[in-house]
Amino acid sequence: MARQALNVARMRMLGAEVIGVESGSRTLKDAINEAMRDWVTNVRTSHYLLGSVLGAHPYPTMVRDFQAVIGREAHAQILEAEKRLPTHLYACVGGGSNSIGLFYEFLKDADVKLVGIEAGGRGNGLGEHAARLAAHQGFTGARPGVLQGTYTYVLQNEDGQIATTHSISAGLDYPAVGPEHAWLADQRRAEYAAVSDQAALEAAQLLSRTEGIIPALESAHALAGLIERLPQFKPSDLVIMNLSGRGDKDMDTYTRMLGELA
Amino acid sequence: MTVGLTTRIAKRFAELRATRELGIVAYITAGDPTLNATRGFVLALAEAGADVVELGVPFSDPLADGPTIQRASERALKSGTTLAGVIALVRQIRESSQVPLVLFSYFNPILQMGLEKFAAAAAEAGADGVLVTDLTPEESADYRRILQGHHLDTIFLAAPTSTDNRLVKIAACSSGFLYLISRTGVTGAKDALPDDLPALLRRARSFTQLPIAVGFGISLPGHVSVLGGLADAAVVGSALVSEIEKAVSPEAAAAALRARVRALKEAARRGLSRREATP
Repeated sequence: MARQALNVARMRMLGAEVIGVESGSRTLKDAINEAMRDWVTNVRTSHYLLGSVLGAHPYPTMVRDFQAVIGREAHAQILEAEKRLPTHLYACVGGGSNSIGLFYEFLKDADVKLVGIEAGGRGNGLGEHAARLAAHQGFTGARPGVLQGTYTYVLQNEDGQIATTHSISAGLDYPAVGPEHAWLADQRRAEYAAVSDQAALEAAQLLSRTEGIIPALESAHALAGLIERLPQFKPSDLVIMNLSGRGDKDMDTYTRMLGELA
Repeated sequence: MTVGLTTRIAKRFAELRATRELGIVAYITAGDPTLNATRGFVLALAEAGADVVELGVPFSDPLADGPTIQRASERALKSGTTLAGVIALVRQIRESSQVPLVLFSYFNPILQMGLEKFAAAAAEAGADGVLVTDLTPEESADYRRILQGHHLDTIFLAAPTSTDNRLVKIAACSSGFLYLISRTGVTGAKDALPDDLPALLRRARSFTQLPIAVGFGISLPGHVSVLGGLADAAVVGSALVSEIEKAVSPEAAAAALRARVRALKEAARRGLSRREATP
């Protein structure tokens, strides 16, 4: 709640009741546990608005279908603007909704590379990050498992207990990845990598300075991933990056972590 | 190990039906506060008359459980409890008791052990059945095939909101008994049982020949007496876990568990028609 204080304040001003969850490890997965407990208790009079492409079927499909408008519009607009398809799509991946929303329309375009950037947090060890699909970079702990109604790659210990995770960004700080991303990774249709908290912070500062856009911490990860791969790009490449959120909600974190902002 | 082709669970429910007695299924979280303490608790429960004992395998994200069992899971995980440890506990219990034992777990720990390895180990240790809280009938084909191959009963949950079609599906997947959740919600003792419970029980009864155990919210002898004639068993969980949490020592906890179960069995046998307060 403290990490996303601005959003909490806005929700309350709009009339929502926001309940802080104190149980378990007190992060997103614990809030989801409480939300599900509330839902099964009040199932006759409530509908669960699941915020990403996670959860029991049909939520991953449903949320993807709603978010897919991003990719449909991007597909039409890039053809109009550039008369060709992009070579690369970049997006950050927490639960995976903004990324699958961008990717989905382009899945059929085999020459369009799909790149999902996860939270590399502050280290490779279990508990220091939230990278579920970046074992190739040494991020350990993710295996197929079941959490909160979904079967997908989940960060967990050997006994199947779900791991705590860390990311500077709340929206990427979750131990399971949307199952469609698990599938795209296994199919090698999309590639995934993780960037550190520090890289995301630096990317956020760069975008703010050069473009006048303060990105959400989550989106800053996508930019950091892009920046890391700059040497691999050719001048003819055309990249669409999903700037999935604004940084207003993260100003406290930016102020605290970037020190002298001036 | 099965006795002929009849499992311990089937045998116990057959005995209960013959005497028209309501069974008491006792749930506790294994490893709360330690696996060794749980061994003593299970023996105490069996001694006091529990007809089936459910051993909860602690999980980091028990989304079907209320605060009482959540805390028990946290304590059990803190003391190092694992699924393998709970299976080893079953083997130990079997050295001195034939009480029917059900492993109650979320799916992920079982999945990580491997279905075949889990089923073989659980059966060999002497477990009689398994209930996986978050495994739906639709996803259960491999699980059922493997567990049935090891003569383990597969127990599934039915809810007040389960449609008739769904009850048919659930019943078709189930063996041992059907676990009927008494109300929409998570585990946790409550003062009153839902008014629509008798109707729900009658509806469930029309879809299965299996014994039906009713759970969630049951704690008082008065609750138990309402269920006689309608359900085959009452499941008591959070009320027992609370006793363990409150007790000053494992011995005190065992004594409290014995007292609770004795009172519930007494109510089950006598079919009390008035609600009574617990001491």
